[in-house]
Amino acid sequence: MRRAAERLAPYLLIALLLAAWELACRALAVPAYFLPPPSAVAASLVADAPSLLASAWNTLSMALLALAVASVLAQAAALGAGLSPIVERALRPLAVIAQVTPVVAIAPLVLIWAGIDHPQRAIVALAAVVAFFPIYSGAVTGLKAADPDLERLFDLYGAGRVQRLFRLRLPSAVPQLLEGHKVAAGLAVIGAVVAEFVAGSGGAQGLAWRILEAGNRLQTARMFAALVTLGLLGAALHALLERIERAGLKWWSGR
Amino acid sequence: MTLAALRDVAVDYPRRGRALGPFSLEIAEGEITALVGASGCGKSTALRLLAGLETPTTGEAARDLRRGETSVVFQAPTLAPWLSAQANVALPLALAGLDAATTGARAAEALARVGLDGAQTARPAQLSGGMAMRVSLARALVTRPRLLLLDEPFAALDEIIRRDLADDVLRLWAASRPAIVFVTHSVEEAVYMASRVVVMTRGPGRLAADIPVEGPLPRPPGFRATAGFRSVVETVSAALARGLSA
Repeated sequence: MRRAAERLAPYLLIALLLAAWELACRALAVPAYFLPPPSAVAASLVADAPSLLASAWNTLSMALLALAVASVLAQAAALGAGLSPIVERALRPLAVIAQVTPVVAIAPLVLIWAGIDHPQRAIVALAAVVAFFPIYSGAVTGLKAADPDLERLFDLYGAGRVQRLFRLRLPSAVPQLLEGHKVAAGLAVIGAVVAEFVAGSGGAQGLAWRILEAGNRLQTARMFAALVTLGLLGAALHALLERIERAGLKWWSGR
Repeated sequence: MTLAALRDVAVDYPRRGRALGPFSLEIAEGEITALVGASGCGKSTALRLLAGLETPTTGEAARDLRRGETSVVFQAPTLAPWLSAQANVALPLALAGLDAATTGARAAEALARVGLDGAQTARPAQLSGGMAMRVSLARALVTRPRLLLLDEPFAALDEIIRRDLADDVLRLWAASRPAIVFVTHSVEEAVYMASRVVVMTRGPGRLAADIPVEGPLPRPPGFRATAGFRSVVETVSAALARGLSA
């Protein structure tokens, strides 16, 4: 009974808030362009489902492509750092700069470099910049997290650098790598959406563009519908990565 | 023949100061030496010096051993969680560049010797503490070492398993007779397993006493109840007490 209540609690709260929102809109006669009632948002979700789904796929595919690019680059950089402390020191400030610089600030520059006709390239590049850091820092931390007694055994058996990296440090880093990818996936979606906003043209067909387009036409219900789609997309991606992380950890530790 | 020797070694750490010494110890082939002393007296440091994993600040650590002839078992099993029991045991051979068929066969054989022939594919997380320690022991033995160093290997296990493992170590020792040096907090364990008990003073550890233990190895059943065993335990305990107040 108590467990059922705990499970239902979040849905109940959402339902209550939606009901209050709906009632308030109707009772106060709020204009639809200012704040549409949830029923109007739902209607827009149904009516615009084809274009919203197409845009969601567009944003998702950009984010996933960026995640793949960031994953390859970040792990290659982390491997370099793992092999040589000098490389790690050299990369550290660059990695921090890439992390602390707001993606929105570098977006216009990247858009110029990508070419005005190729906003997709800019979106992937910007999302990859945002997704790079969690994977890189997770990998670098993980590569250093090997059991010190196992490190001593590798010393004792005269293991070389490459053996140590591939047989000890890289496998030790798997939990942090999985965690890094989970965080990076969420950030890649944010990065893609921010880049779409800055691109702000019909060249980018993602969810941010739907929000901008609907906003320009004061179709507030459609804006909400696009926002809901974006939220669902993020939640689904997070849930997927969490499952992958759990399965990966199970494979890693055999438990 | 002397396999490894510490001659007037001292080890100083930058902030903690002196951890060990001056201390001397000779390890002869086939001998089982127990190192006992208070916590922080430098027993593990002495073991790392014998392993060649550390160099002394002063004095000399001499080793007449080639790479792969020394094995270490730590207090924790120290297994790679992502590898099966057999792959963990095979690791030292794989690092030495032996081919997969040889490493696999020798690892399976080493696992069988510690009584784990059914556990080749098990992961460390699926093993009990005692079983994981046996895997660790198998990994140490797979290289056929001439010097086996055990750093409080059974400290985390309960008494029954400790006693079983002590007998296992002696049985395994009898098969190939490597020199064994082990660190322990238990005087009874030291006297039961060793042919010689080296007692250290409180840190920085120096030699307090070097006490021989008579009797056959591996130990016959009921050895712990013999007057000889009890008397050496008393002697070692007394030396330990003097070492603490020294």
